[in-house]
Amino acid sequence: MPLVNGGKIVDDGYVKLAVDTPLPEGGDILVPAERFIAEADALLKRPGKVGVIWPNNRDIDEVVPYLGKVAAVALVFPTFRDGRAYSQARLLRERYNYRGELRATGQILRDQFVFMLRAGFDSFEVKKQADAEAFMQTAKRYSVFYQPTGDGRITALHRRMQLRHSEGVGT
Amino acid sequence: MYAYDEIDRTLVNERVSEFRDQVKRRLSGELTEDEFKLLRLQNGVYLQLHAYMFRVAIPYGTLATNQLRALAHVARKYDRGYGHFTTRQNIQFNWIKLAELPDALEDLAKVGIHAMQTSGNNMRNVTSDQWAGVAPGEIEDPRIWSELIRQHTTLHPEFSFLPRKFKIAITASDHDRAAIKIHDIGLRLVKNEKGETGFEVLVGGGLGRTPFIAKTIKHFVHGRDILSYIEAILRVYNQYGRRDNIYKARIKILVHELGIEKFSREVEEEWQHIRNSSLQIDDEVIEDIRSRFTYPAYEKLPHMPDELRQAAADPDFEAWRKNSVAPHKVQGYSIVTISLKPIGKPPGDATAEQMDALADLADIYSFGEIRVGHEQNLALPHVAKRDLPALWKALDKLGLATPNVNLITDIIACPGLDYCSLANARSIPIAQELSRRFANHELANLIGRLHINISGCINACGHHHVGHIGILGVEKNGEEVYQITIGGRADEGAALGTLIGPGVKFDEVADVIEDVVEAYLALRERPEELFMDTVKRLGVEPFKERVYATR
Repeated sequence: MPLVNGGKIVDDGYVKLAVDTPLPEGGDILVPAERFIAEADALLKRPGKVGVIWPNNRDIDEVVPYLGKVAAVALVFPTFRDGRAYSQARLLRERYNYRGELRATGQILRDQFVFMLRAGFDSFEVKKQADAEAFMQTAKRYSVFYQPTGDGRITALHRRMQLRHSEGVGT
Repeated sequence: MYAYDEIDRTLVNERVSEFRDQVKRRLSGELTEDEFKLLRLQNGVYLQLHAYMFRVAIPYGTLATNQLRALAHVARKYDRGYGHFTTRQNIQFNWIKLAELPDALEDLAKVGIHAMQTSGNNMRNVTSDQWAGVAPGEIEDPRIWSELIRQHTTLHPEFSFLPRKFKIAITASDHDRAAIKIHDIGLRLVKNEKGETGFEVLVGGGLGRTPFIAKTIKHFVHGRDILSYIEAILRVYNQYGRRDNIYKARIKILVHELGIEKFSREVEEEWQHIRNSSLQIDDEVIEDIRSRFTYPAYEKLPHMPDELRQAAADPDFEAWRKNSVAPHKVQGYSIVTISLKPIGKPPGDATAEQMDALADLADIYSFGEIRVGHEQNLALPHVAKRDLPALWKALDKLGLATPNVNLITDIIACPGLDYCSLANARSIPIAQELSRRFANHELANLIGRLHINISGCINACGHHHVGHIGILGVEKNGEEVYQITIGGRADEGAALGTLIGPGVKFDEVADVIEDVVEAYLALRERPEELFMDTVKRLGVEPFKERVYATR
């Protein structure tokens, strides 16, 4: 499954651990929430980056104390129809100012990219190779956005205000 | 009228080009039907019994004449020459070909019409009072706020994959023509003691398998906070709404399971985090939207022009005027409702020819504006009273002057088993038969205001729960069976109807309804007592006795 990060297809440096996989000596690891919470101290002490895979039905508040310590949070879309992780993503970015890697995992198709970028995701485990390759093109599909989100894209309402004021100055 | 600017147009065009790409990928097999399904639904495309059905949004029910002509064009070029107006200010085309859909959307985009989020588990078309901006006594034009919310809900990055569909309706009049109490969020525009605009917010209304009337969650949310408050509701719903069972996924179930107090506490807590954010709307933004709604330059006209006085001698004109013409906030003008319920025809249908001709009439008589109401009728919102007789004659020629607005033949019905893949029973033929039974205008007039609503399955697209008389078609042992309720209503006094007895067969429905009406005529205290009021006064029992005594 190709990983898109920073707009490009990249190698995934993380190894995903299951609940019971023995902990590797070194290297970067992605750990399920349950195990992460139980073994946080030990996990964070070892060399290598640690990321956590957070399910979409678990309260995102629980991960907040660790946000300064983890390198990645992976949120889950069990199917692309299930949009709970969009709310979790915005909360992490906008309320808790999380600045590390925010990864979308699960059934990730190109038709969700724009929504995900706007919600704060910057890393995508894309289901299909063709979708991963089309990432940049798809991400640029829209130039107009009606809602303010933490991604900083200017909204239609504000662009209108800017136009209004610049017209006012010009005439 | 709201005029799109370059920004709005760009977004709609970007959406069309995205959908064109999605259709292409579907046709080439790159997208599976399961993947494509959700994408097409987000663009108003259903797969029905015989073909794809295409649902186009008419936000808050306002159409310009070039837009109505574009809908006529789509009906003619891509469909079978007609369209069907729905109970949520949408129009549906029933025979569209998938490969041609992007072209149809592109043609509509040219006049600022789209089909975004007219289906799927996202925020649907924002609906409002079809008399917005012209109804006497209205607090303020609710379409300004409807448009603000329409923009905010369009391609929302957080709420486009909700547990289930989500519908918002807004009213600004005491008499609720937008049926806000059967919506996921209902907004009633109010002023506070300082004269500032805000909303009473209702939540958790909806029909379907488990009907609920919406409850008030907050008595006053200031206009500047309305987007953040809606966002707070949606955020709670998106995270905690049920996704395990499609029939329990609407917000009404979450509100019911948590209780309105707990639900409102959750919303309040979320709202406090986001109310002072960039979601707060300043007056300038509202003024900008307001400035793009244009209002007609009304003339100073007499209250009772000679033309109207003379036409009053014609009983046919008077019959039509009495139920189709309503007072306007400006003296000398009227609001004219156009019945799409001709006797014996499917409710809510209009042909391409009718749409084009109506657009011409709206240009002549209604400052180029048409409205669409949830009762599946149209309206011309600014008709000078002196023009009423001429307009009536023109409408009559088009088959659009049936004098039955708000009468028993002004039936609301879903497409039912004739089109819909979800339906268990036919709706349209029932509506047609009832319409023929009560075709006599004197009889219909004698009965007075009476709304019949028909749904062909439990999903309740015909809003049967809130019909004065509700008819629900179900399937029982391979047969169509119809359950009949009375006492429902969708307005400010919204209530769910009560079942009056065992279900009846297709052939018996019209007889039973006739008996219900006869019972009413016998039971009412005086001719002015409307069906609704008799049911309210006496309850269901006397109706049950009379209707089922001989069955």
